[in-house]
Amino acid sequence: MSMIGRIVTVYGNMVTAEVEGIVRQNAVAYCKRADGVKLMSEIIRVRGKLVDMQVFELTRGLKVGDEVEITDELLSVELGPGLIGMVYDGLQNPLAEMAIQHGNFLTPGHYLKALNREKLWDFTPVASIGSLVKASDNLGKVQENIFDHFIMAPFNLRGEWKVKSVAPAGKYKVEDIIATLEKDGEVMEINMIQRWPVRMPLGIYKQRLLPTQPMVTKQRIIDTFFPVMLGGTYCIPGPFGAGKTVLQQNTSRYADVDVVILAACGERAGEVVETLREFPHLADPRTGGTLIERTIIICNTSSMPVAARESSVYTAITLGEYYRQVGLNVLLLADSTSRWAQALREMSGRLEEIPGEEAFPAYLETSIARFYERGGIVELNDGRTSSLTVGGTVSPAGGNFEEPVTQGTLKVVGAFLGLSYARSYARRFPAIDPLESWSKYSGVIESQKVTWAHSFLKRGKTINEMMQVVGEEGTSIDDFVIYLKSELLDSVYLQQNSFDEVDAACPVERQRYLFDLVSETLKHEFKFANKPEARDTFFALTEQFRNWNYTPWETEQLEEIEASIKEILASKEATNA
Amino acid sequence: MRKYYTKIDNIAGNVATLKATNVGYEELAVVEGSWGSSLAQVIRVNGDTVTLQVFAGTRGVSTGDKVSFLGSSMKFSFSEDLFGRIFSGSGQARDNRGELTDNLIEIGGPAVNPAVRLMPHRMIPTNIPMIDVFNTLVEGQKLPIFSIPGEPYNELLARIALQAEADVIIFGGMGLKYDEYLYFKNRLEEGGAMNRSIMFVHTASDPVVECLQTPDLALTVAEQFAIQGKRVLVLLTDMTNFSNALKEISITMEQIPSNRGYPGDLYSQLASRYEKAVVFEEGGSITLMAVTTMPGDDVTHPVPDNTGYITEGQFYLKGGVIDPFGSLSRLKQQVNGKTREDHRAIMDGCIQLYSKCRETREKRAMGFEMSEWDLKLLAYGDSFEKKIMSFDANVGLFDALKQCWEILANHFEPRETGIRSNLCDQFWPKNS
Repeated sequence: MSMIGRIVTVYGNMVTAEVEGIVRQNAVAYCKRADGVKLMSEIIRVRGKLVDMQVFELTRGLKVGDEVEITDELLSVELGPGLIGMVYDGLQNPLAEMAIQHGNFLTPGHYLKALNREKLWDFTPVASIGSLVKASDNLGKVQENIFDHFIMAPFNLRGEWKVKSVAPAGKYKVEDIIATLEKDGEVMEINMIQRWPVRMPLGIYKQRLLPTQPMVTKQRIIDTFFPVMLGGTYCIPGPFGAGKTVLQQNTSRYADVDVVILAACGERAGEVVETLREFPHLADPRTGGTLIERTIIICNTSSMPVAARESSVYTAITLGEYYRQVGLNVLLLADSTSRWAQALREMSGRLEEIPGEEAFPAYLETSIARFYERGGIVELNDGRTSSLTVGGTVSPAGGNFEEPVTQGTLKVVGAFLGLSYARSYARRFPAIDPLESWSKYSGVIESQKVTWAHSFLKRGKTINEMMQVVGEEGTSIDDFVIYLKSELLDSVYLQQNSFDEVDAACPVERQRYLFDLVSETLKHEFKFANKPEARDTFFALTEQFRNWNYTPWETEQLEEIEASIKEILASKEATNA
Repeated sequence: MRKYYTKIDNIAGNVATLKATNVGYEELAVVEGSWGSSLAQVIRVNGDTVTLQVFAGTRGVSTGDKVSFLGSSMKFSFSEDLFGRIFSGSGQARDNRGELTDNLIEIGGPAVNPAVRLMPHRMIPTNIPMIDVFNTLVEGQKLPIFSIPGEPYNELLARIALQAEADVIIFGGMGLKYDEYLYFKNRLEEGGAMNRSIMFVHTASDPVVECLQTPDLALTVAEQFAIQGKRVLVLLTDMTNFSNALKEISITMEQIPSNRGYPGDLYSQLASRYEKAVVFEEGGSITLMAVTTMPGDDVTHPVPDNTGYITEGQFYLKGGVIDPFGSLSRLKQQVNGKTREDHRAIMDGCIQLYSKCRETREKRAMGFEMSEWDLKLLAYGDSFEKKIMSFDANVGLFDALKQCWEILANHFEPRETGIRSNLCDQFWPKNS
């Protein structure tokens, strides 16, 4: 069912059409160019007979009077087996397939099906004939990589339906009927594909739970000091060049979750290409497969149309919610939410809305909050728990955290990993500022111990600042040792070399062990004759700890290094004379 | 038959509006009046009101001037005949030679599908040690030169143009002083590179709208060559002028500014140009170097700030040299592991020592006593600046690495450099 309207205004990616009849907010419309090409759009405002639409393509060539085909369907995504490993644009067009069919450029007006229609899936029925099912109840399952991908009753199903038939185990395509449901004489055929509007949260579960289990990223500074939990939310703001992207890439590689969704939103195409070309070759230690077999990439890079950028984060989070519904732990990494906010701002400007701070629309904060709130850990109707963790980077103008996007984000996330230019300038990676960042979650090490270790960083900083003024000569040796201890903690625990094979990922067990070893050093009462001796000792310690970090777990060599650390400690022990 | 409109309703800034029908968005128009004719582009259609951006500006435009629409968006002739030619920002010949009309291509087309891109993987040698050794330029990279006005950024750009191995050089000048334009023209001619170069030049005295078109012309032509498998180097100077032109137009259009008067879509506008840098699977590529002058040396100014988020690093020109600390080539890791085994070690080692030298200089300035180690660092810093950082240094990568080893050997013992001992054994100059 669609209606025809006529264009009255074209201004950038905003088109206004005049239409008689009933229109739905956020419904999809197609602007038809004189040469017949249809440009996908979304209705974002209705004013009497006039509807304002954001067009997801270049609007070049559209004329006043051109036809607009207005549908009743909300902007939606296709859900089903086969999403994993795909690279989609913001409207869920598979990019590899686009390149095969339409060449090097993303020419406007081409839309492809998101799921492969030809692939055969090994289907196993789960629901028994005659049983009653509700929305999202499992009817059967297929094997997608190493996961059981449950095929569920439609998410928009109303009430309880009786299972009339289920397909026997065998190979099916996504469009094949795998079950029929019946209610009050009405029969519904079910295949493996569902559609869901991206702007509507998809959450059918018994209850939402409090996040309690840490999401291990194998990055020490995160897991120990600023942890994130399964179903939690966090943000990474930082100026350019502070290493946001490397941190996101490391997290996407090492995070202990089932599915990772990368939403490259308004960022460089090169970064997507790197993931795209490398992930198929990188082993996933958890599964034995490659990383791409647990990754979905949604990319709307900075030169792709702005309106599609705005919708791409919703596409990404809807896919995340879907896999949570399937019963998996999902991590969504959005890079960068600032570009998404800028897309909102551009549209708001074209709509001539009254601007808020820095010309961002007044609804910026609620939009950000609603986005992050779609994450969470839940107990599904069948009792399993599954989660969607959301991490977003923020690119504040000039690296100034006082801007609206950073501030709007800080209010709604559970952890703040602030990157600092000073740390990246000093090549201290990951450049998460240990004194500015915070986390409301608890991590892999008891919080009491963490707080104690963290206190060294604070004191070390104060002493260092003082030393800048009075010089090393004016600093007492006790203070100097505390400063050296804080530097040691920083360089061997907080910093991590993502280019080293061993150090790049530090598992929990290893983190705990190292934490105790470092703590022992922090606790140790040293006795030094003078400052150069103290400095030399800490140089030697730092070197040994670094070697420790670079040496594989459970090797003799590692024990040897530990022994030499202990030896250094013993040799400089303060005696109770 | 072409239809003429003879009544313009509003004229303001570079923007004119009139009543017209059957006009496409971004269609091109011609405004003809007693002061000459100019191209114009449709930037808004609203009912029967059409808003035009007049390329030559609206000075002298009369409400009675003739306007006609050309039925398509901006196009430009593409062929091998372009080599050695110079054009204005509206695509007209600037070199007193004929206009080209063959094989018209559309300006400012859609983005490249990320799925057909390759990771940049080939080094571009420039014979500038601060680039080759420390922040290697990579084919397909987009890299701005951040600089305050007065630094020799145009000289640097010209040197890279002449020394980099590229099949095609495309130069886009925005808001250039006339003598800067002549400087580039002369350098390309003297260097014998003009026969593989194409210039698009907008000078400061030209209409501001043409400034906006210049990068699009340059990049569209570059894209066509890249599709043919050519390795194209695009040089743009100065993107701050381009951004200021954007600001001017958007304010005339009564858009709400977001930051220091710049429009809210500054990031997207810059990105859609920079993102033209590409390596295609079939072999062609576009490498993009652009000058961004920073008003008041302020890197948080909206133009350098947004640029930094888009590009793959930046060369920071300060005090006449490429500053080793502010500069960064994000793609250098893709190539510098494959050049020679000591490349990365020299890159890290020399800079770490130089950074210590800077600290020592500060200490000296504050009047602290200099130790023997401090004196070593100071002497090292001086020769490093003179031989490697200096703008005059003009040597290939391997020679530059050799010079670095020599400087290290002149001032330090191998273990003091922090460079792995097996590399020192292999490369440390023997006769010192």
